[in-house]
Amino acid sequence: MSRKVHVQTQINGDSIEFLCEPRQSMLEVLRDDLDLTGAKEGCNNGNCGACTIMVEGRPVNSCCMLGVEAEGSNIETIEGVASPEGLHPLQQKFLEHAALQCGICTPGFIMNAKALLESNPNPTEKEVRFWLAGNLCRCTGYDKIVRAVLDAADNGEDDL
Amino acid sequence: MKSGNGYKVIGSRPIRHDGVDKVTGRAKYGADLNFPDMLYGKVLRSPHAHAKIISLDVSQALEYPGVKDIITGSDLPIVEERIAEFGEIPENMRFLSDNVLASEKVFYKGQPIAVVAATDIHTAEEAVDLIEVEYEILASVTTVEEAIAPDAVVLHQSLTTNTLGEKTDIPTNIASHFRHENGDLSLGFSQAETNGVVVERTFTTQTVHQGYIEPHTATAKYNPDGELTIWTSTQGAFAVRDQVAEILRHSASKIKVVPLEIGGGFGGKIRVYVIPLAALLSIRTGLPVKITMSREEVFEGTGPAPATLIRVKIGATKDGRITAAEADLFYEAGAYPGSAVGAGANCMFTAYKIPNLRIDGFDVVVNKPRSSAYRAPGAPNGSFAAECVIDEICQKLEIDPLEFRLFNGAKEGDRRPTGPIHGKIGYIETVSAAQTHEHYQSEIDILKRQGRGIASGYWGNGAGRSSVNLTVNGDGTIMLLEGSTDIGGSRASIAMQAAEVLGIASEDVRPAVVDTNTIGETGVTGGSRTTHATGLVAIRAAEDVIAQMKGQMADHWEVNQVEFADGAFSSSNKSCDFKEAAKICAPVVGSVTESTGGAGGGFGTHIVDVEVDEETGKVEILRYTAVQDVGTAIHPSYVEGQMQGGVVQGIGWALSEEYVFGENGDMKNSSFLDYRMPTCYDTPMIDTVLVEVPNPGHPFGVRGVGEVPLVPPLAAIANAVSRAIGVRMTDLPMNPGVVLKALDKI
Repeated sequence: MSRKVHVQTQINGDSIEFLCEPRQSMLEVLRDDLDLTGAKEGCNNGNCGACTIMVEGRPVNSCCMLGVEAEGSNIETIEGVASPEGLHPLQQKFLEHAALQCGICTPGFIMNAKALLESNPNPTEKEVRFWLAGNLCRCTGYDKIVRAVLDAADNGEDDL
Repeated sequence: MKSGNGYKVIGSRPIRHDGVDKVTGRAKYGADLNFPDMLYGKVLRSPHAHAKIISLDVSQALEYPGVKDIITGSDLPIVEERIAEFGEIPENMRFLSDNVLASEKVFYKGQPIAVVAATDIHTAEEAVDLIEVEYEILASVTTVEEAIAPDAVVLHQSLTTNTLGEKTDIPTNIASHFRHENGDLSLGFSQAETNGVVVERTFTTQTVHQGYIEPHTATAKYNPDGELTIWTSTQGAFAVRDQVAEILRHSASKIKVVPLEIGGGFGGKIRVYVIPLAALLSIRTGLPVKITMSREEVFEGTGPAPATLIRVKIGATKDGRITAAEADLFYEAGAYPGSAVGAGANCMFTAYKIPNLRIDGFDVVVNKPRSSAYRAPGAPNGSFAAECVIDEICQKLEIDPLEFRLFNGAKEGDRRPTGPIHGKIGYIETVSAAQTHEHYQSEIDILKRQGRGIASGYWGNGAGRSSVNLTVNGDGTIMLLEGSTDIGGSRASIAMQAAEVLGIASEDVRPAVVDTNTIGETGVTGGSRTTHATGLVAIRAAEDVIAQMKGQMADHWEVNQVEFADGAFSSSNKSCDFKEAAKICAPVVGSVTESTGGAGGGFGTHIVDVEVDEETGKVEILRYTAVQDVGTAIHPSYVEGQMQGGVVQGIGWALSEEYVFGENGDMKNSSFLDYRMPTCYDTPMIDTVLVEVPNPGHPFGVRGVGEVPLVPPLAAIANAVSRAIGVRMTDLPMNPGVVLKALDKI
């Protein structure tokens, strides 16, 4: 066993310190050490997107990032997306469109779709499909997910 | 979408009750539970597809710092050969136990051999590498052709063919052979030969996985008083309880299974894999133990859908009347018997009236992971073969494929080719709806190698045991407890049925999926049974609540009789709505457990347009429309979602998904990178048409909807590609290499 490393970071607006082994992924740190289990493990090698978080405003597969790499960075997870005022428009649209069945991929899709809308507030269907191609969903056939994202985009840039 | 159906709640699209938890990351799935003193388990798996375990030495691994315990096959009690029903496929308990942890032999690469429990997952993984196993590697059998050859290596010496109801005594890889026969086959084919057409083809499909995004996981905690609690992700908590009880010989009444949220199942989360292992390690260490599979373990160590070899011959007269059909189905069961070949045979010709028929089915063991249920288990394979031959007949006779189906299609009262008489069904209605759909009327560009494919499909749907407990609160809301785990919106579809009976809003019902100690026995969420069966029981419980409240209101109003209609209680001169009555009557509890019947079979007819790139061999899905008889859609959005999801799984099965095995039966592509499931960039929007022919076996007409939509896509897409390139496609998946070969380009 290797010695644990002290890491200072910011998660969902709060300053967080943790100790982790150098070999631990950020996903493992979030889920097992910080009890932030909203990011899911579907493959642990960057192919399913269920563990997507935002690091410095960019979507990242947290299974492919080491916990120690979080030092000094600003991280957002699915747990930080809703506010005391209510759900984020993407979360609301996922519910209205029935864009989830089992829901295991949903946190990853919402994080990645949020990153899309922050960089491209009015994407075309093709742009949505291209951007989200790194997130696997096995239940919905994607139809309602793509519609929910397009609808959230229509909702207006002010909300995003 | 239907409107004005006479219902207040059914047919509307409320937000699902568990939705907010799931979009905020708060919902607790199988792997989301941690205990401070918890151990992590890691499974050592066989690197060989077929081998004898000569020796197994765990001593070095046991001494590794942080390791608390190691179990091997000899630590499991001996389980007798006994058939038990836990879900969609019957289980032989002996095989189930060996599949959980091998004893003397391993029959596929990935079969568990030992399990380490350690203080963290990395330590457990390192200790697994220290276990020393000596194998005697045996020749492996990896295809049906090899397995049924006269001089084949036999996997199980105890396995002899059960052929046409009689047990033989020669060890073989053919576990069972059955036959459906009807009419005069030679007469039927001679009619077609003299005055029509006979088409015969052989088809192959490869091993595919359900592909749920959440790996199998279990956390077990054993207390010294013998009470065992298991938190897991499963399609059936009671099925888990009973399997663990059998495998570990632990009293079922001392096992509590808590179903956490489940991240997809599609039939693959009925049989247990790591759950008994976590339980046994917890019993031995006294500590909570969690085991979560990696994706590689999910591919190699859980049950995929079988690869198949299918021969189909169909004859039809010049005017398009089917006169005879025959089929031979060989399904790869994997390491132990029990493929879904029976259902494949039952479903493949069900959409048609066929006077003369023979189907022979063979369940064949091979050195691959033990096959398991996958969404309409067995049906997509058989229907792929049948529907492709029908399409070729339509081409040869120059008959429109939908016209052909209208002409030969099954109706209420017709005898199914395999025996039973059809009840109220809506097959013809799906064909008519497809025919008039704008998609079918639209043009495609033949010059661009575009093609349109049609296929139909059937699944019988299930019923069975469910339990529901309703409690009326003083504010007129309802607590609904149920045992059906919610994979895709069933909390909503069941709550809505109770709400409809009670005359309240969907949001006024609070559904909860609870553990095996808290609710009566409930079958698995599988067989497309849940909205039908658990819904039916919820209706009964709601009716019980109403009956009790009528009695209480009669006392309250001091009258002899109280009626309940349109959401209101009334006597001769008084009335009040449900909420007002609840203030007076609460708490009221209605509790029902019932083994339901009345399942209604479902049909779908699909239209797909593809474009084939002649240079690369890539098939693009241009447009897809799925038409299905859904009985009555309780929550139409989730019915559409089932159809869309099934179609996209079908697109994967048809075009890109397969287990690639090396010569020795070792899987070469056990990751999501190399096992190619469709992404949203690979698929178009999936149009859905909900045809509603109510099922008379359910008060609101519900039919199961989840499995039907995976039956037609394989053939629909193959027919589209065949028509696009002018070559009959018979082998799945139709990946670029297969298509280029068909085009004679490689």
